[in-house]
Amino acid sequence: MNKTEPITLQLQCPMPKFDFDVITLGHGSGGLLTHRLLQSGVFNMLKNDMLDQQHDGAILNLNGPVAYSTDSYVVSPIFFPGGNIGDLAINGTVNDLAMCGAQAKYLSLAFIIEEGFTMEAFWEILVSIKTAADKAGVTIVTGDTKVVEKGKGDQIFINTSGIGNIHPKAAVHHSHIADGDVIIVSGNIAAHGIAVMSKRSGLEFETAVTSDTANLNHTVMALLDQFGADIKFLRDPTRGGVASVLNEIAGLTHLGFTIDQALLPVEEGVEGACEMLGLDPLYVANEGIFIAIVKKDSAGEILHTLKTLTYGGGAAVIGNVHTDHSGKVMVKSRIGGKRLLNFLTGEQLPRIC
Amino acid sequence: MKYLSEYRDAATAEAYINELHRITTQPWTIMEICGGQTHSLVKNGILDMLPPEITMVHGPGCPVCVTSISVIDEAVYLAQQPNVILCSFGDMLRVPGSGISLLEAKAAGADIRILYSPLEAVTIAQQNPGKEVVFFAVGFETTAPANALSVIQADRLEVHNYSILASHVLVPPAMEAILGDPSNTINAFLAAGHVCTIMGMEEYYPVAEKYRTPIVVTGFEPVDLLQGIVMAVQQLERGEYKVENQYARYVQREGNMLAQQTIREVFSISDRIWRGIGEIPQSGYEVNEQYSTYNARIKFNLQLNAAQENTACISGDIMKGLSKPKQCPNFGTLCKPEHPLGAPMVSSEGACAAYYHYANDAVAMTV
Repeated sequence: MNKTEPITLQLQCPMPKFDFDVITLGHGSGGLLTHRLLQSGVFNMLKNDMLDQQHDGAILNLNGPVAYSTDSYVVSPIFFPGGNIGDLAINGTVNDLAMCGAQAKYLSLAFIIEEGFTMEAFWEILVSIKTAADKAGVTIVTGDTKVVEKGKGDQIFINTSGIGNIHPKAAVHHSHIADGDVIIVSGNIAAHGIAVMSKRSGLEFETAVTSDTANLNHTVMALLDQFGADIKFLRDPTRGGVASVLNEIAGLTHLGFTIDQALLPVEEGVEGACEMLGLDPLYVANEGIFIAIVKKDSAGEILHTLKTLTYGGGAAVIGNVHTDHSGKVMVKSRIGGKRLLNFLTGEQLPRIC
Repeated sequence: MKYLSEYRDAATAEAYINELHRITTQPWTIMEICGGQTHSLVKNGILDMLPPEITMVHGPGCPVCVTSISVIDEAVYLAQQPNVILCSFGDMLRVPGSGISLLEAKAAGADIRILYSPLEAVTIAQQNPGKEVVFFAVGFETTAPANALSVIQADRLEVHNYSILASHVLVPPAMEAILGDPSNTINAFLAAGHVCTIMGMEEYYPVAEKYRTPIVVTGFEPVDLLQGIVMAVQQLERGEYKVENQYARYVQREGNMLAQQTIREVFSISDRIWRGIGEIPQSGYEVNEQYSTYNARIKFNLQLNAAQENTACISGDIMKGLSKPKQCPNFGTLCKPEHPLGAPMVSSEGACAAYYHYANDAVAMTV
């Protein structure tokens, strides 16, 4: 975890010929090397009208209410089963906007690269960024590249921010959650965290688990088209997992939440890895699912529709909202007992035995 | 996962609970030894489902909780040495020593690696010949074979920049220390299934006999625990004190002979200080003379002053079963997982952390 591991890659797409194998401080200097890196690398890959203008910033035309969000990506390792830091950086921000009820339209993209990072790895990340952006239907309109000295970063960090219009029917806010509402999760939980952990130095284990990283915007927009304000709240349970989201919202709404352990969708390989490492899947990170809190009367229909949509096939009702034990989240165990589900304190650490 | 789902089956669990209500005629206090069992009891809401006559008390079987504050200080000291890479199991990192925790040392720049297998530490030593790699070898009998194996492996590969800081603890002497305390109220034990998978059951027969206390070797899933409790109560109600095996799908009477042989190859039995309890004679493993060059205490000539426990923490009473976490005046107020006064609030298997994280209001009312 502390030290950089050598990266071996199978490139998705052939790399153009660069006159350098690794990124050096010169590539962040703003001079000729920067120009070459941007021209033959970034601009070439992400080519669009806005970027081609090569302004200092992007000039956008947006009407009506918009959502705006930013996130930084520092995942380690940067390549993991099912994805890499590149698609994560696009999907993450696209999803943050979707959780506000907004369709991402424009993204900014900024790299902080550690000196010595291989061009091949950078290229692979660019390819993933391009693929993810196309899939989500977003345009990258502005960006930045900085290079820091060896040891001052960890290979590559990415920041993206995004902006997009709020869906006309969306009314997504925790203040709309009420007694009787139903909690839905859009797919299997905990895959991303386990996939990343399986490749961490010192903790490697063999697993077929892959990250769930995915763009959820089209799925969410389709739900909003059909169900509008019946979808009261949306959140992607990334860091801290499902447990953290539910605790946060229970605290904000002063309502009680109960989820049923037996209803939680967890893939078998993920469950096995969690058992082995001593982790609770409810606290493990996700990158391609969302929690929806919906009106009880529409819950059945919403679940049915979600199951037909991309990335919604594994959706399940996992619990409900009520006025008992205000501000707290309870779990009904498989054998019928009840327990408190608390916030995670610190990092989940693998246990001794 | 089928081997687990059977032991999480609601109908089977209900049948055991009904049986327990049927056979229990008087109050019984049962201690589960292992922290993993404590967590399973609380996490699955089992404590609320037991007959009111049955009180479960939570034993000292959390290696993170019983590792003495002085040993944590030794680990922190080693990690702070410029040429040392300290490798550890993850849940030791948050435990406070007398000064800082390993996590704080890591944040301040110490090279500390979280590992899942001690053999990985030997590989790290091979990859870093200019550094000293120390593995923080804690745990009960369960983790001892793998830790011993890392020493054997290093010796075989002539990896001389590898050593271990051993702080192993043993279950049977701790049970005797608890039963020997005149204030103890324990009627029966659920012994730790994983420990017995390695060590077998032989050591427990003299303990059961001497203290006339039933011992049931028990697993960790809800149905395991309920069955273990039923077996213990059956014995108590009949006035018996046998050693029984609920966890027969893994535990054999003689244990895992190969693992025991590996332990004996590298470790010798030594006295050990248990955090919150004090010194228990012959209750730990230390690296033996033959492998002393792999003993970090000798290699680094460790002679730190013995540190004092925080007197506000009642972890000793909790681990001896004399108090419940919520009876501690500092529980959830001064002492929380984010700023623990003692180890049981830190570890993922500590009794205080279990109550803090999982116990609902009903449990809070009954303890």
